[in-house]
Amino acid sequence: MGLPGFYLRRAYSLFRGEVLVLPSRVAVFIFALGVLLLPLFSQDPYLLRILIFTSIFAILAASWDLLSGFTGQMNFGHALFFGVAAYCTALLNLRLDLPPWISIPLGALGAVLAGLIIGIPCLRLRGTYLALTTLAFPIILMGVIFAIPDITGGELGLSGIDRLSGSRLTDYYITSVLMLGLGFIMWKITDSKTGIILHAIREDEVAVRSSGINTTRYKLLAFCLSGFFAGIAGGLYAHIMRTAGPSTLEVALSFQIVIWAVFGGIVSIYGPIAGVFILFPLLEFLRIMPKIRMLVFAFIVLVTLLYMPQGLIPWLRDKIEKECPRCKIRNVTTRKTCRICTAELD
Amino acid sequence: MIQNIIINGLINGSIYALLAIGFSLIFGVARIVNIAHTAFYMLAAYFIYVGFHYLGMSPYISMPLSVLAVGLLSIICYKIFIQPIREHEAAVLIATIALAMVIQEALLIAFGGHYLGVPPLVSGYATIAGVKVTYQHFLALSVAVLALFGVWILLMKTKLGLALRSTAQDREVANLMGMNEARVAMVTMGISVMMAGIAGAVVVPLYVLDPHMWMHPLIMMLAIVVLGGLGSIKGSFVGAYIMAFAEVLVVFLIPMGAFLKGSVALSIMILVLLIRPEGLFGVAFEEER
Repeated sequence: MGLPGFYLRRAYSLFRGEVLVLPSRVAVFIFALGVLLLPLFSQDPYLLRILIFTSIFAILAASWDLLSGFTGQMNFGHALFFGVAAYCTALLNLRLDLPPWISIPLGALGAVLAGLIIGIPCLRLRGTYLALTTLAFPIILMGVIFAIPDITGGELGLSGIDRLSGSRLTDYYITSVLMLGLGFIMWKITDSKTGIILHAIREDEVAVRSSGINTTRYKLLAFCLSGFFAGIAGGLYAHIMRTAGPSTLEVALSFQIVIWAVFGGIVSIYGPIAGVFILFPLLEFLRIMPKIRMLVFAFIVLVTLLYMPQGLIPWLRDKIEKECPRCKIRNVTTRKTCRICTAELD
Repeated sequence: MIQNIIINGLINGSIYALLAIGFSLIFGVARIVNIAHTAFYMLAAYFIYVGFHYLGMSPYISMPLSVLAVGLLSIICYKIFIQPIREHEAAVLIATIALAMVIQEALLIAFGGHYLGVPPLVSGYATIAGVKVTYQHFLALSVAVLALFGVWILLMKTKLGLALRSTAQDREVANLMGMNEARVAMVTMGISVMMAGIAGAVVVPLYVLDPHMWMHPLIMMLAIVVLGGLGSIKGSFVGAYIMAFAEVLVVFLIPMGAFLKGSVALSIMILVLLIRPEGLFGVAFEEER
């Protein structure tokens, strides 16, 4: 046996202790496995294409949750990051002939810069003011894009960008692995000390500041992090679509992100991802009745919200898990005592 | 040119003021960010179109009727979709977005994406300082100003207005003083949407109708409300004219202005917010209890 056996056993016990104890984590694990193994069962190009876009938008919705859900900085112009990154990636790829694996991270850095630029004026605003102000930025940029068609391609956008990779299957694996990886990183960020500070800023900013934490720096950090992840989604989108047009900055896209995230359940990272994985394919499926598909879509969202106003995934999670009243650790509903502190569960 | 700027600025400003004051009211009283506000404005315009083209109603009858109809419809929507989830702010927000999408899609199915129009109520034009100004523009302007005056009377001189303003100031205390907060919110929803309906009725003969016409006013309205200070009626009024004139000036004076009009107006808003984060007339919001 030796060393590999030791690591295997170690990995298994870690897996049992961290994943198998909670049904929600098991569900996430099965979901990840399902995403990775799907091409074994079906390689239908249409299905793969839908799932590629679903993965991209899942990154986008999760990055919105990082900023707006966790830090409480309501961003109504999240399409800005997406669009800036898509245009940056497209320009880098077209003008400088950079391959996708350089142009996407650089495009995402462009989005980080955008996050800094809009973050600084937005630091003084809160709540609804912030939400309505951030809505303005993508529209301002869109006006600029229309006004300088020589650089940005105007209404038609930039086209002729390189493919992400040679085949659709590779595209699928790149986007879905990135989605799972970045989703995990975002979840880890929210679980870290920084994440706790971000969470505290949402709950009570004055209290955080009075504990000696520079909230300005953390809010800017949240803008940049969220911008980076959204930017990666934007860069991927540009390389998959092979065009970057003004549609990446539309108000409708910003609203769509909010719908996905709130439908899935904010302040959870996996909620928005699940929201996209339910709503985006649903919208595609509704193509069987093309005329009324948006109507049906909007109605489904409205009615779901009536019954689960905190979002679909938190609603489901509360059905199968409960929180320990003493140490706030989540447990399966079937347990009588908490798995960490053995307190009675009610 | 200057006359054009003034006339268009005044009309757009009045329409924006009607929209923004309604939005401001419902936000101030019930803390609802009603994204569907301009969708109702569009709906009123379409009702008038239907009344004119399909039912053969005179515009003088169909306009008040459609304003009432959207008001009633908004109260029904509020009762069914928004009231049950009032305490979840994010859910209310996307419920109103979804509502706006429902209205847009319903109109798209019913009328298609075509541009539609209603002929002007009055024909003819006057020549002022060498520029033709149609009587329809004058009528629109006067109706909008009258409506604004009516709202001012309602808010400042009636008992209902007092209830609205006090609920906006402090919801809990107003409730303790015997005002039914839930009913005040419902009535406010009706009133604010009816103001949007009046704005819709005013623009019907001037603009073309299409199912996406709610987007631009929505953005301008949100910008105006932030510029003027959330919940401040005076701020919305002043902000509306500032934004409208900024837009019209850009369109008339700068080449490629039609593309940049939104950008410039919104940049003005952001510049003002950099100096005064609570908007022009807003009071710095205290922590919500």
